[in-house]
Amino acid sequence: MALDKNQIARRIAQELRDGYYVNLGIGIPTLVANYIPEGVNVFLQSENGLLGMGAFPTEENVDADLINAGKQTVTMIPGAALFDSAESFAMIRGGHIDLTVLGAMEVSQDGDIANWKIPNKMVKGMGGAMDLVASARNIVVAMMHTDPKGNSKLLPKCQLPLTGMACIKRVMTDLAFLEIKDGAFHLLERAPGVSVEEIQAKTAGKLVIPEFVPEMQF
Amino acid sequence: MNKIVANATEAVRDIQDNATIMLGGFGLCGIPENSITALVAKGVKGLTCISNNAGVEDFGIGLMLKQRQVKKMISSYVGENAEFERQLLSGELEVDLIPQGTLAERIRATGAGIPAFFTPAGYGTEVANGKEVREFNGKMYLLEHAFQSDFAIVKAWKADRYGNLMFKGTARNFNAMMAKAGKITIAEVEEIVEVGTLDPNHIHVAGVYVHRLFQGQNYEKRIEQRTVSK
Repeated sequence: MALDKNQIARRIAQELRDGYYVNLGIGIPTLVANYIPEGVNVFLQSENGLLGMGAFPTEENVDADLINAGKQTVTMIPGAALFDSAESFAMIRGGHIDLTVLGAMEVSQDGDIANWKIPNKMVKGMGGAMDLVASARNIVVAMMHTDPKGNSKLLPKCQLPLTGMACIKRVMTDLAFLEIKDGAFHLLERAPGVSVEEIQAKTAGKLVIPEFVPEMQF
Repeated sequence: MNKIVANATEAVRDIQDNATIMLGGFGLCGIPENSITALVAKGVKGLTCISNNAGVEDFGIGLMLKQRQVKKMISSYVGENAEFERQLLSGELEVDLIPQGTLAERIRATGAGIPAFFTPAGYGTEVANGKEVREFNGKMYLLEHAFQSDFAIVKAWKADRYGNLMFKGTARNFNAMMAKAGKITIAEVEEIVEVGTLDPNHIHVAGVYVHRLFQGQNYEKRIEQRTVSK
């Protein structure tokens, strides 16, 4: 069975380590915060100027002056820090964030990523995505393996305008966990009950399959 | 020394057609609501606005777009705004989209006297078109330049009459850098307190950067995504 969005988030959450500073993008990445393992303390960074983002507020604690990068109202955990946007991106650009999780429309076997623009559609902007992918040391892309029409999103070359070049090293999809190196997707794990053949059939880019591909453990 | 002006109308009095202005805020958080209202009433046109976002259809910079006061937006994300989209597609509005960290650093550089800097964001993408590329330590970087901005309009939480500013929560965002980047910086604040009341250890922007100051009124502080837990 392919994973649902929450299960993708849950598997990514297993990559968190105690003390990590983490930036979660909008969409599936945001869900990772719901599955932080017991005993693991992480600081969530919000690019609009907050390190130590907490849960959504209760109705009486809503504060218009405290939002996340998705413009949702949030809270701060004890030990949180606030700063301006230049400082926030200094933190990102300077490589101080341990793990970045973001969504994508396409990823290539060379680690290129496209996630901000579709030609002939209204362009909303790249926000902080280009800064994140260009600088982060440890990025996991969270996305569906195929688009709604069934076309592979893991490609030899991205078709859409790039967000970043040769910057993605790991991809978590509803079917598989893959590493990108030496110009190919390397299959690390498969979703429970998903066959290697299905993953191969839905991966347009070069796929390297080791002899034994373990199932993800939850 | 007194930087205080009576109100928003007085603060924006000399902003002329075709001016370049920076406007603080992230989404609708920390936007200079009173000054935007005054600019709409004043009816200045042909503005180039440097702002991370472009407001929503009926609030923030969206109000200026609706009156067709904006010639060009320089932003990182312009979100959902049907009127914005219409003007963009019809060619009435020019938009320059910039990676958010590059935008923030260009604003910071403007105030800090740094004419240009190298950043990796956008290398290998269309953002790199026409820009100088240089390799440092095996990694590729783009040359990005500071802005020239006639005015910077920011919103702060508290200030004293010398223009020392404090922000609250994530409303600091682009306001803190923009305050340092205007040839003339206008700060609207929720509360002006007596000199000496603000703890110097806690001042986010020193008064040296601020030229005009007023206490705003009737802050709506609209929330784009009110998200609550039980």
